[in-house]
Amino acid sequence: MLRDAALVAGKDLRIEMRSRVALNQVGPFAIAVLLLFGLALGPDRAVLAPASAGLFWVAVLLSTILAVQRSYAIESADAARDGLRLSGLDPAGIFLGKAGAIAAQLLVLEAGLTVGVALLYGAHLNGALVLIASCAAGTLGLAAVGTLYGVVASGLRTRETLLPLLFLPVVAPVLLAATKAWNEALAGTPGRAGSWLEILAVFAVLYMSIGTVAFGSLLEDG
Amino acid sequence: MSAGPVSSRPVSAQTRALPLPRPPLSGALGALGFLALAGVVATAWLGLFVTPPDEFMGNLVRLLYVHPPMAWVAFLAFGVASLASLLYLWPRTRTEHFDRLAGASAEVGVVFTGLTLVSGSIWGRPTWGAWWVWDPLLTTTALLFVLYLGYLALRRVPGDFEVRARRSAIGALIAFVDVPIVYFSVVWWRSLHQAPTVLNPTTRKTYVHGSMAWTLLLGFVSFTLLYAWLTAHRYRLAKLQDLEDTEGLDLALRERRAEGDAR
Repeated sequence: MLRDAALVAGKDLRIEMRSRVALNQVGPFAIAVLLLFGLALGPDRAVLAPASAGLFWVAVLLSTILAVQRSYAIESADAARDGLRLSGLDPAGIFLGKAGAIAAQLLVLEAGLTVGVALLYGAHLNGALVLIASCAAGTLGLAAVGTLYGVVASGLRTRETLLPLLFLPVVAPVLLAATKAWNEALAGTPGRAGSWLEILAVFAVLYMSIGTVAFGSLLEDG
Repeated sequence: MSAGPVSSRPVSAQTRALPLPRPPLSGALGALGFLALAGVVATAWLGLFVTPPDEFMGNLVRLLYVHPPMAWVAFLAFGVASLASLLYLWPRTRTEHFDRLAGASAEVGVVFTGLTLVSGSIWGRPTWGAWWVWDPLLTTTALLFVLYLGYLALRRVPGDFEVRARRSAIGALIAFVDVPIVYFSVVWWRSLHQAPTVLNPTTRKTYVHGSMAWTLLLGFVSFTLLYAWLTAHRYRLAKLQDLEDTEGLDLALRERRAEGDAR
């Protein structure tokens, strides 16, 4: 299963390396979102800095939708999805591979966004360990739900509108917990982020497990 | 051979095989409907004219007789929808009935969630001074509302019956698993800021008594009956729609063939 996951993740990441869609479109999109938040809230750093954790995670959530759509767009061309089903790979492995590839791209994006909120909003990057831990756990949860709903929506005519509607309410706890963990870290009290990290971890484990179990039958349906 | 278009809705009386919908208030289901509606009317009458105004809340307390029953029905409906989805996914109990029940129940649940939010908002404006406060229960309910709107949107995506049913059932469970996480994260989120607000069941108990308690109980019973009635009808409607999808085409084909035979 893990070998299959590595194969699928490698394939997805290789396609990204060559097509550079994530780099040329999703990255700039996230930066545009950060700039728009700045415009919406005004230039006052006393307003922007305390809000930076929440704005960071909203930007991540929106970018996840694009990353998931991209991840399934590459499967829709040339009947690649049928190829994936015929390949004999373990469906759970395919799920973990696709989720892993999305998570890897999101982590790179988050690194860039972190620099962005520090520069644009004047956030002080304290508690690096908590920042990184909440990014890792939160991103795994986002990637799991995104991959799961991505396969549900892919192949449907209304996928572009259906995916955000399904995805965003479900990941509300991730936004909440990750934002609180970041707030504690940025405020210099990373010790109080413990229970938020637990929520993120529980969420990630839960949806990773649902994905490994349910992905096979959802992939067959498409 | 005639090149005319095939009618998708044949109406010829001889070949019409679809069961016609009965009026909504006939038979056993109708009796349930009468009971539910009578109960709701009685709740409204008792709540508005018989029960006394509250010592602290005055006439505002009358919303107590409809708002909590609505919220209860919303949660009950989502619980039934999740259970039905689970039973659909379980291979031994996989029947189309559970898929229809899940859809019908979730739809009624979304309606009652909407009513809960509206009635809560109307209650909140004079008591809290705001249409909306970020109370854990309110926030969870609002998220539930969009969560299940997404589920209903997923159900409406056309497709093969079994594919659609399995997809919807998995979607329902993904949403259901989220509910406790949403609730606890929202509770922790708020508890770090302020003490829980007015929606506190322990303080409410102290001033609900006598005719107020009976009216509230009647509200719960009649809204539950209303839920059962609406869900049963929504289920019947879904069944008729499925019949129309399958039988409707058969009828059209039969008519078309009869046309050819007549030649």
